[in-house]
Amino acid sequence: MVKNLNVEISPISRVEGHGDLIINIKDKKVEQLTFRIPESPRFFEAMMVGRKYDEPSHIASRICGICSVAHTCASIKATEKALGITPSPQTISLRKLVYHHENVQSNVLHVYFLAAPDFFGVGSVIPLVETHPDVVNIALRTKKMANDMVRIIGGRAIHPIRIVVGGFTKLPTEEEMVKMKEMLQASYQDFEKTLSVLKTLNIPAFERETEYISISDAVDYALYDGSIKSSDGWEIDDQNYLDKIKEKIVRHSTSKHCWASRDAFMVGALARFNNNYDKLTDNARKYAEELGLKAPCYNPFMNNIAQFVEIIHSVDDSIRLIDEILEEGIDKDKAMVDIVPKAGRGVGVVEAPRGLLIHDYTYNDRGRVEKANMIIPTGMNYANIEKDMDALIPTVIDKSEDEIKLSCEMLIRAYDPCISCSTHFLNVKLINK
Amino acid sequence: MSKPKVGVFGFTGCGGCQLEILNLEDQLLDLVSAVDIVHFTEAITEHSDNYEIALVEGSISTEHAIERIKKIGDIARIVVAIGACAVSGGLNCLKNLYGLERAKELVYGDKKDWIDSIEVKPIDQYIKVDYYARGCPPNRFEIADIIKSLIVGKKPEIPNYPVCIECKRNGNTCVYELGITCMGPISRAGCNSRCPNSVSGCEACRGVIDDPNVNAQKDLLAKYGLTVEDIMEGFNLYNACKGKTIENKNNNNSGGLS
Repeated sequence: MVKNLNVEISPISRVEGHGDLIINIKDKKVEQLTFRIPESPRFFEAMMVGRKYDEPSHIASRICGICSVAHTCASIKATEKALGITPSPQTISLRKLVYHHENVQSNVLHVYFLAAPDFFGVGSVIPLVETHPDVVNIALRTKKMANDMVRIIGGRAIHPIRIVVGGFTKLPTEEEMVKMKEMLQASYQDFEKTLSVLKTLNIPAFERETEYISISDAVDYALYDGSIKSSDGWEIDDQNYLDKIKEKIVRHSTSKHCWASRDAFMVGALARFNNNYDKLTDNARKYAEELGLKAPCYNPFMNNIAQFVEIIHSVDDSIRLIDEILEEGIDKDKAMVDIVPKAGRGVGVVEAPRGLLIHDYTYNDRGRVEKANMIIPTGMNYANIEKDMDALIPTVIDKSEDEIKLSCEMLIRAYDPCISCSTHFLNVKLINK
Repeated sequence: MSKPKVGVFGFTGCGGCQLEILNLEDQLLDLVSAVDIVHFTEAITEHSDNYEIALVEGSISTEHAIERIKKIGDIARIVVAIGACAVSGGLNCLKNLYGLERAKELVYGDKKDWIDSIEVKPIDQYIKVDYYARGCPPNRFEIADIIKSLIVGKKPEIPNYPVCIECKRNGNTCVYELGITCMGPISRAGCNSRCPNSVSGCEACRGVIDDPNVNAQKDLLAKYGLTVEDIMEGFNLYNACKGKTIENKNNNNSGGLS
């Protein structure tokens, strides 16, 4: 049992990018708690300025290797809105399909490679190769399946080539669509096994209710498109995000902190699950039920379970999308629409694997970027992570120093923070006074 | 023979190169068993300063990073730069083009002095680099081949011929015929011409070959009514730190074992 404790975990491992955690406990009370983000900023808002309308999506994808399809799609949607472009329904269906599989690949990576070692009491996935080879092989198979889906549709698993403003530079063939369907169908057997393993995990029983924000759609479990919805009872058009979502610069972080109705909110798989539970497939809901995940869920550690449930949903929904696309037939004439540069502003909002992602561009009449603003999910989650940590530490304060440190690290990892992506994130508008 | 100790390190970048290593799904378990990974913050908790081979992703863009990269240079016997950001500065160099102070002002306003950010440079501006796995993202199979070569003490083969060679071999229609500008004639291959395969122009993310046939590229541009300036903008996406002009010879050749 500790009374006084000064902890500095630097860097926090098994997260994307560089983050440090500093906790100062005195007389069993948290005196100081800082989730510090010293990672070097990259200034993407500056990189975008002056670029022609077909380039921002390529630049944006380089914000983050793990969610490059999300950044590509947010960027393309912002540009298409600004330039008044409406892509074909075929394009939208294919984007939704490819989108699912970046989410699957990212969720697999997080659930199996980054978070799972904590539950098995090891430092990485490497010891699990010996002790749990079947689980590691499932993870590798599912990740490969998802990456192959993105390769077939996007031309490359990281930084997709074919997904561009106006449509696709090249379409998958019908044979490839059939092959993808077979890959998806074959993946189900692995999920049953994963389910039985996940059931054995001892997920910390911690709850703190907060505001949950995600996009939402009347039909879809929204990932690619939708309005912005809060569990605090508001829903707005994505173009008006500034009405609700605010940002400020904080001293200890190169990433900005966000707030909406309250002083902090949560985005990501658990927020999506809470807001859009009724849009999940029956099959995905069945898995959620088996794992004791019910909406609304206020335990951030259950984010990992929500990510697994989303994998099931994405596989189910992909099969539906493929059937629909094949039914219509793939039409090369619908691959691209004509683009005429014009001045305007557009906002593209998607659900990146880690949550709400906003790109906001203003173009001049030559189709060049005048101003770019991007708000990334991990930046939105920071304040909420700090609040969770404040609430979590008193519940573990009587444990050993190592156990306290592990609980805090696990909490941060449960959010699946993508620091490489977030910290390079920035805004043009300064709200902090 | 003891397994070589390997450290994987990330600097300013998107994490995509480290992810490409994890995306070697079919070979990953074999690779992991052939080396001893002692440092890989993104994937493992344990870390050690005792390594022979350093795989480095990302460019150097803060004062703190200069100290870190120099320490890696002191410890590692072999340094491999992975991906465009580490090799040439990559896309990060667009910040230099915009202007450092201007960029800080634009993004952080009156809080700009809180930010540690310097001119972006590739890692070989600070330490000796032995091998370069180019590209954005790099080709994961090339990374695997480099690692395998180093394990058996062989010098890795890095292509030094243009993307056009691979593109022709893949039977693609030249994208210039479709009205698309392409850097393929002078850009270094090794990517299996993945952008032209997807009906997109090569953006030279692997840099320029050692002895580019600049005149052939100029003739090609002239044939399609384009100028060098027309393609420089695209070239700058990944090469702004290196290429003041495409006629500058790219000096990042593969080095020998140290």
